[in-house]
Amino acid sequence: MIEIKDIYKTFGDNEVLKGITANFLPGKNNLIIGGSGSGKTTLLKCIVGLHEPTKGEVIFDGENFTEMDFEQRVPIRKQIGMLFQNSALFDSMTVEENIIFPLNLFTTMSKAEKIDRANFCLERVNLKDKNKLYPSELSGGMKKRVGIARAISMEPKYLFVDEPNSGLDPQTSIVIDELIQELTAEYQITTVMVTHDMNSVMGIGDHILFLYQGKKWWEGSNKEIAHTDNKELNDFVFASKFTQAAREKL
Amino acid sequence: MFTSFGRYILLLRLSFRKPEKFSVYWGEVMREMVSIGVGSLGIISIISVFIGAATTIQVAFQLSSPLVPASVAGSIARDSTILEFSPTISALVLAGRVGSSIASQIGTMRVTEQIDALEIMGVNAPGYLIAPKIIGGLTMFPLLVIMSICLGITGGYIACLASGDVSTADYITGLRDGFLPLTIQVAIVKSIAFGFIITSICAYQGFYTSGGALEVGQSATKGVVYSCVMVLFADLVITRLML
Repeated sequence: MIEIKDIYKTFGDNEVLKGITANFLPGKNNLIIGGSGSGKTTLLKCIVGLHEPTKGEVIFDGENFTEMDFEQRVPIRKQIGMLFQNSALFDSMTVEENIIFPLNLFTTMSKAEKIDRANFCLERVNLKDKNKLYPSELSGGMKKRVGIARAISMEPKYLFVDEPNSGLDPQTSIVIDELIQELTAEYQITTVMVTHDMNSVMGIGDHILFLYQGKKWWEGSNKEIAHTDNKELNDFVFASKFTQAAREKL
Repeated sequence: MFTSFGRYILLLRLSFRKPEKFSVYWGEVMREMVSIGVGSLGIISIISVFIGAATTIQVAFQLSSPLVPASVAGSIARDSTILEFSPTISALVLAGRVGSSIASQIGTMRVTEQIDALEIMGVNAPGYLIAPKIIGGLTMFPLLVIMSICLGITGGYIACLASGDVSTADYITGLRDGFLPLTIQVAIVKSIAFGFIITSICAYQGFYTSGGALEVGQSATKGVVYSCVMVLFADLVITRLML
């Protein structure tokens, strides 16, 4: 389980996160939602160690991640897969090389085994036979899927996903959401996903954390979100007339 | 300034931490050596031949006196090429070609979160990205400078042949006359120092890029400007210390 305790993050005079405490459920899709500038991505980066929290603790299965140095973090990082907002694929490498990269560094697998693993991961994200393409030759949705394939190549225990639907059409967004949900269930991964896509929230949000002005404002499941009386959450979730109409039908 | 210098030293320390897997890093070192060394052969060859030729013609013009032997043109062209033109001008050109490429490559990786992706995997990003470039610079710059010296002197010979300002026999006599091996040592020390300065400063500028495409360009410009200034400063210090 991932626990965060009283996380604060300040950039200069700007306090972005103001004491967030939460637990992320193991083997479930944990969603962090909130408006632009609410601190979602900053919180995600604090959890994975890309930002150091100004105050507070991040705990992975009882181990205090914030107190560890680079070397001590490596064993935990090997259990982390991450899909970035812009996929962050290595431009100079082919799709296959991107997926094999962590295997090259951290495993003793033979070349054939690594290629088999890459093929398996690509097949799992429905991108068979795209091994030799470069990231520049892929569409946005394909890049996201390669990003997922790379993230699962080391069989992670934790999957972190930063706005997987940004820049994608609604159909592709649903495909990516379904893929994340399937992988989470199939491999019992603890997934933490930052999003402000309401389809994702309603579709795959097992556990949702709503951030507002750098604070945890609401916590619950996608079933509870439609019936909450939290004003800020309602303003966020039911911002459009379409979602307001959908809510009235519920 | 002190903060930047401190961050630069810390980044260098991180860059030379024990690699996760030596074979992967070795592959990167080889790739950088090819990129820096083989990739710069063309431009270094062209500038070396032309600078060698121009230097010889100018020295011949300035020392055209019955009191000065014609062979002096060869000696002066040789020492100028070995001590100054080949190491320093090559370094300034390489700062533009290699340095800007390093800063923009690492800067682009930073703004597109590729460096974050490396760190998430547990890879020591400075070690993987910067150390191979510095090693590539340290090994390839001296070789490029030695080649530049040879081509510069050849350029001088071609200039003598084409212009007739100095006879080729006088030029070769001048080349042989009073040659000090120390000058080659100075050139090699300079080239090693310049290789380190250019690759490390440009990598530092790229690594701490924040923002987008505009900032990547600014990092590349800063990298080239700062490394050129530091190359000239190091040139002065090494010259003073060794000669």
